[in-house]
Amino acid sequence: MELLRFSTAGSVDDGKSTLIGRLLFDTKGAYEDQLASIRKNGTIDLSLLTDGLRAEREQGITIDVAYRYFATPRRKFIIADTPGHEQYTRNMATGASTADLTIVLIDARKGVLPQSRRHAYIASLLGTPRVAVAINKMDLVDFSQDVYNTIQGEFTEFAEGLGFQEVRFFPISALDGDNVVVPSPRTPWFDGGSLLQYLETAPGLAEADRKPFRLPVQYVIRPTLDFRGYAGQIASGTVRPGDKILILPSGRTTTVTSLASFGGDLKEAFAPMSVTLTIADEIDISRGDMLVSPIQPPHVAHRLETALVWMDEQPLRLGRPYLIKHTTSQIRASVVAIQHRIDIKTLEHVPSSELKLNEIAVVTLETQRPLLFDRYCSNRNTGAFILIDPVSNATVAAGMIRGVEGEHNRPLRVSDEERRLRYGHKPAIVNVPREGELVYELERALFDRGVQVAIADQLDQARTLQQAGLVALLRSDGAYVQRTIDEIFRSLEADHTILDESFTSGEGI
Amino acid sequence: MASLPHLQTLEAESIHILREVMAEFERPVMLYSVGKDSSVMVRLAQKAFYPGPIPFPLLHVDTTYKFQEMIEFRDHFVKQIGARLIVHTNIEAIANGANPYRLGTEKCCALLKTQALLDALREGGFDAAFGGARRDEEKSRAKERIYSFRDRFGQWDPKNQRPELWNLYNSRINKGETIRVFPLSNWTEMDVWQYIEDEKIPVVPMYFAKERSVVVRGNTLVSLEHNAPLRPGEQPELVMSRMRSLGCSHCTGAIRSEADTLPKIIDELITFRRSERENRVIDHDREGSMELKKREGYF
Repeated sequence: MELLRFSTAGSVDDGKSTLIGRLLFDTKGAYEDQLASIRKNGTIDLSLLTDGLRAEREQGITIDVAYRYFATPRRKFIIADTPGHEQYTRNMATGASTADLTIVLIDARKGVLPQSRRHAYIASLLGTPRVAVAINKMDLVDFSQDVYNTIQGEFTEFAEGLGFQEVRFFPISALDGDNVVVPSPRTPWFDGGSLLQYLETAPGLAEADRKPFRLPVQYVIRPTLDFRGYAGQIASGTVRPGDKILILPSGRTTTVTSLASFGGDLKEAFAPMSVTLTIADEIDISRGDMLVSPIQPPHVAHRLETALVWMDEQPLRLGRPYLIKHTTSQIRASVVAIQHRIDIKTLEHVPSSELKLNEIAVVTLETQRPLLFDRYCSNRNTGAFILIDPVSNATVAAGMIRGVEGEHNRPLRVSDEERRLRYGHKPAIVNVPREGELVYELERALFDRGVQVAIADQLDQARTLQQAGLVALLRSDGAYVQRTIDEIFRSLEADHTILDESFTSGEGI
Repeated sequence: MASLPHLQTLEAESIHILREVMAEFERPVMLYSVGKDSSVMVRLAQKAFYPGPIPFPLLHVDTTYKFQEMIEFRDHFVKQIGARLIVHTNIEAIANGANPYRLGTEKCCALLKTQALLDALREGGFDAAFGGARRDEEKSRAKERIYSFRDRFGQWDPKNQRPELWNLYNSRINKGETIRVFPLSNWTEMDVWQYIEDEKIPVVPMYFAKERSVVVRGNTLVSLEHNAPLRPGEQPELVMSRMRSLGCSHCTGAIRSEADTLPKIIDELITFRRSERENRVIDHDREGSMELKKREGYF
């Protein structure tokens, strides 16, 4: 039996919760005691099956992505159930990131709304290959074939540019169950089967193993001196003992000697299996490296064009170092330019200098070291990344790599942003008293935290250091502001990864 | 075209999570509750680091109100697989007379499970703790992340969770903060039993039906371990029964069942119309019980 992951999007008004409740109820994915708790006046309100948190029940809204499970004799399903209103972009992107298929709900009485387009657009951005359009509340339009045809025509025209592999339509009534689990006698003009029949037969993401081999090294297993295994989850393709592989970024090639496994060595492994492989040569390989097909290696670049979904209350700041987590590597990166923002209501490209919560843009990203990647549209696992704020530790964005951003166009002069990216903090001049040991204490403390710091005796000198991207401690006779090391560190917007835990803060300077 | 069956897909995802935590955290620990989900989680850890040993200790928070059979199984199982086990009990609370009969289940759970867990994590200096919770168990768990961030007090804020996309987990924490990690998030009760059967994983014999001495209390069959007081008119009787989930003896009821083998348990699951945790008293102390306990630091 195979697994299919799908996401749903829509609001309470579309009947999304009712549809999920219907699928769970009719496939016995919900239990009697759960149903008893949602029984009101003798009838079951299916939508209440899906409200998980107290705040949601109190406010009558869905706040967050919820995961639900059901199975039929043919397939196992995981639903990523995403709310339609609150934080819809962030939540929908989260749900769609792992989905093989997306269900877009349309209220038959209202037709294709901007919201329906938005859902389809985000699904396509996150690379969901298939869409099932559930035209709901058909019972309220007398199961009219004309209504169905109009919506189908309009949605098809819109979806053509979005690059889905397949778009299918279903006239349903989630409330009464028409065409949800079994084909309905009330739509004799429709021969597309039920929504569940489609979910049971739609191809999953199994085509991953036709793609070139990629194994991001996650962990090195070395229990004894005789065994050194490279562990990770195969991102794409197939591998067998005897295969030639290329190791990146070192560029060396070797041969796979075995696929070690608890139940006995494997003869073959493919995506998305988690494996441990051993190789013929002694080569230094560590987490973040990638084992790949030598015939079709991934791209290697550190200036990329990517789509970005912003997920944090704090807007994007150009030039500021964030952390990028991509496959198993985590390094510094910053957004150097916003090419355009995508208006989520009209899907138009609009020029923009900022990117805020729940907004989407195409940006130029620069990473501290070259990234080993494929375009997201050809490989979700090696084309996806998240950005993390190094100070708040929040996950601030989800990104999809579109390609290499003309490295040859890079300006000759090294920019302030590039220096900032490399050093992990802003340049600064800090005034310190001319006399005493304090200047050295401060220099040591900042240096130990990874800050590029030096002492200057004249303003000119300090300015030169600042231009070079460094923090200059300028010895002077002026007045001093009392600040702790931590405050200085924060004002440099420095990356906490370089924070030395052994240093205790609190000295006034 | 080969495609991976669902149990292997879930297994691959869980192993990825286990390795990711091991690679990115300094001191992971695995919460081991002795139940079926823990048994599966331990097997996945054996697979993830094969041919090496499990590279982190197992932690059992023992309330002293667990069934005797669970403790016997635990000690045998841990020895057999060669894992390191830490057992932690809130000795102070027990010395002060904490028990479910005197305090009621809600307070008892707060002291002997939640507080004990937080103490054990702090004492061990653990920055990541694996738990065997699944999203299909309870509705507040349906919204839990795989990496669940906890603040310095071990508390969960459901409205302020980090978005979690693809298989890219954010492991960044400040000192004192921790992450609870749920490698079985996407498994269902059925998946767990099918995997136990496929992989021949040992589980506590209490999951299998046999005649047990119990008290019939409403829909629940209550065990008489730990000198549970009888209510007026109650008489112990022998009932063919088994445990569907395991917890403290006072708070976990048995179900009537004839299922004494794994295939029979799986067949029985298919016909079940009642949820797994229905027999867990602590989930029903009041509306949203699990969510409240999780906010306080419970698993």
